[in-house]
Amino acid sequence: MTDPVIELVEPVIDLVDVVAVLGSFPALAGLSLRVERGEIVLLRGPNGAGKTTVLRLCAGLVPVVRGRGRVLGLDLVAERDAVRTRVGLLGHSNGLYADLSVTENVRFWGATVGASSDEVDGALERLDLSGRLADVPVRRLSAGQKRRTALACLVARRAEVWLLDEPHAGLDAIGRDELDETLHQAASAGATVLVASHELERTGALATRTIDVVAGRATEAGQPHEGDPT
Amino acid sequence: MRVWRVALLVAGKDLRIERRSRVVTNQIVPFAAVTMVMFAFALDADVVLQRVAPGLVWLATLFSMLVLVQRAYAIETDDGGLDALRVAGVDPAALFLGKALALAVQLAVLEVILLGTAVVLYGAEIRLEGGVLLVTTLITATCGLAVVGTLYGGLAAGFRGRETLLPLLVLPVVAPVLIGATRAVESALGTAGAVVSEGWPWVGLLTVFAVAFGVGGTLAFGPLIDE
Repeated sequence: MTDPVIELVEPVIDLVDVVAVLGSFPALAGLSLRVERGEIVLLRGPNGAGKTTVLRLCAGLVPVVRGRGRVLGLDLVAERDAVRTRVGLLGHSNGLYADLSVTENVRFWGATVGASSDEVDGALERLDLSGRLADVPVRRLSAGQKRRTALACLVARRAEVWLLDEPHAGLDAIGRDELDETLHQAASAGATVLVASHELERTGALATRTIDVVAGRATEAGQPHEGDPT
Repeated sequence: MRVWRVALLVAGKDLRIERRSRVVTNQIVPFAAVTMVMFAFALDADVVLQRVAPGLVWLATLFSMLVLVQRAYAIETDDGGLDALRVAGVDPAALFLGKALALAVQLAVLEVILLGTAVVLYGAEIRLEGGVLLVTTLITATCGLAVVGTLYGGLAAGFRGRETLLPLLVLPVVAPVLIGATRAVESALGTAGAVVSEGWPWVGLLTVFAVAFGVGGTLAFGPLIDE
């Protein structure tokens, strides 16, 4: 059990000098990051800088080799399974089943945490999926509609931390606006959102804070990077 | 209790997807039936076919199972479903049991169809006195195949070239099921003078196999699908 007092005081994401390795490649080389509840934080940086690894590490999919990592007050090594039940990761794929309808997908993911029918209906309504799209098989949806369905699954799963990797990829202008609105609503409702994106103008405007990730280390945007000439 | 609730949820999801996609009815059942017909062409003589009918039923079941297992994991890897299940903290034991249950249901349907095909094409006879043995054999062999298929399917799902890797991994492991189920069905059908009592020790082997791989798979599935 997590101490509720600690949970209130601690940041939602607290990475201190974290090292992570993918195969033999050092993906994170002493990265530190703090994210508070309700923040929308943009991770920006060149390809291979470690943005996706940060997200996967926070989801408990990449092990912490060295340093200290806590999400929602839970240790990423000792309490990894508990972390997983409370975060949602949306990567390049949506994790949807093409032959199931929108409602069936959201119901399935909600049911994995014991969500009630009301919660599932609420998730569908919040993402504007309760109307004509509700019974449409996912394979017939547009890229934007699939993204919205995947986000509805996160809502139904009661994910407290949303880890999004290039969420705007493949979306048209309307889809992007809808996604931004959804992220704003989620943050307003208390969710914490960490976004890795190359869409700097759009996501930068959406984010409450921007973090530069370069060569496996993170710095607040505008601050000099470690190793930069002073 | 929660493990079984999630297992039933996963099994229900897999079966619903199969019912919608009709891959089993439109592709796998015809594939299995064609395999049985090809065996009939190859062996020709009725006497030989009657003698080897139980073995051919289980061989066709094994080949079809490989397609079913690949299909079971294709629906999880097409859009990152397996990763999403891991991130969602779905108990790997529940995932293993759920996928094995869905696979067992599909295999059971397939086996009944193949037995019917053997009766029609090969002239195999189903006897009343062998009924209990036949049903028990089908249940235990199906459970054994389902847990092995699910376990090795999960292992192969993370590799490139999984389509060719899966048969290489699975077929040697399920050899005891092929042998045991064939002998037990021969006893149930009375093939070549076999009697029912000769089949029960083989059912014991099938049961031990299913329990061993069921327990092992439930424990090992998490580390297996994790990075």
